[in-house]
Amino acid sequence: MKTDDLITILASGAAVEPHAWQRRYLLALGWGLSFTMLLMVILLGVRADSAEAVHFPMFWLKLAFPSVLLMGALLATVRLSRPGGRLGRAPLAVAAPVIAVWLISAMVLINAAPAERQQLIFGNTWMSCPLTIAALSVPLFGALIWAMRGLAPTRVALAGAAAGLLAGAGGALIYALHCPEMGAPFLGIWYVLGMAIPAAMGAVIAPWTLRW
Amino acid sequence: MSVSEDRLKSLLVQGLAGDATAYHVFLKELSAHLRAFLRGRLTRLPDEVEDLVQETLLAVHNQRHTYDAGQPLTAWMHAIARYKLIDLLRRRAGREALNDPLDDEAAVFAASDTEPADARRDLAKLLEKLPDRHRLPIVHMKLEGRSVVEAARLSGMSEAAVKVGVHRGLKALAAMIRGER
Repeated sequence: MKTDDLITILASGAAVEPHAWQRRYLLALGWGLSFTMLLMVILLGVRADSAEAVHFPMFWLKLAFPSVLLMGALLATVRLSRPGGRLGRAPLAVAAPVIAVWLISAMVLINAAPAERQQLIFGNTWMSCPLTIAALSVPLFGALIWAMRGLAPTRVALAGAAAGLLAGAGGALIYALHCPEMGAPFLGIWYVLGMAIPAAMGAVIAPWTLRW
Repeated sequence: MSVSEDRLKSLLVQGLAGDATAYHVFLKELSAHLRAFLRGRLTRLPDEVEDLVQETLLAVHNQRHTYDAGQPLTAWMHAIARYKLIDLLRRRAGREALNDPLDDEAAVFAASDTEPADARRDLAKLLEKLPDRHRLPIVHMKLEGRSVVEAARLSGMSEAAVKVGVHRGLKALAAMIRGER
């Protein structure tokens, strides 16, 4: 077939639905987060002392940290989903909440009595936390990969990592409603690790799943 | 360069809003730019140029919903052409060692080449391999230039199914090209 014939085939019917890709991401986020919430409530349960926990600033920091990171990762994901999209300040938006939590952790550890430090870092659930966050991120991860497959990322591994991080932040946000830990250093280490696992997975599987 | 950017961008934006004539002109002029761009970068693989022009045009069409009018067209276009070029070179890696520079974004509209060589891959043959629900809408609407209503009547499909068939068929065509190398 000559290139001109191909052009004739392509040229009729060029109109596209406006905002189709925004709707795709809203759908993915909505379904992914709802399903993750359902998994958490059924399999883990909301923490028993929620009524008291809302009075502690740490409870809110645990929700704010993944929420802010989620925004940064969403920005990066959306920008990397399209050919020639530039990251701009998205890496800064991802790094800022992590650095903020690390600074708070450092201050907490410096001010704590040496005997308390181990409890602040490891809590009682450090072994299960990162893997549970990674597991909870799976539904959102799948939904986001579906959304991204309808678009055309050209920096494929980076786009996969951004989608993984976004899924990890969603998983961490919902896990925080179950998690009984109250130490900022715990958040800075095990939550960050839990979100890094899906981000790394995203970078690894992207070359296979996101090709177009 | 910037003249091409402005002209092509306005043609594409009109096309995305539903102006088929503008979109046709856009694809036509774009193919000339792509040909020159790829020919300059595939100096050792001249036979691959026209195939890659067609593959890139198909990708531009299939991904046209990812273009944001606030973004320079040059950047979007270059990213697609570069992605398809690297894809080709990667598939050929091991057989050929190429060191041509790929990072010159401005070069994508710098030159124009309206003399197509023959494509080695015959898209018409690939088209024949598509299932009827994809092939018939493309043949009736796109090749014969019929309306959705006529294509629906001729193929015995609903109008919605005809539209979906064209869309999915062109995606499937791109996937077949990817898979055949």
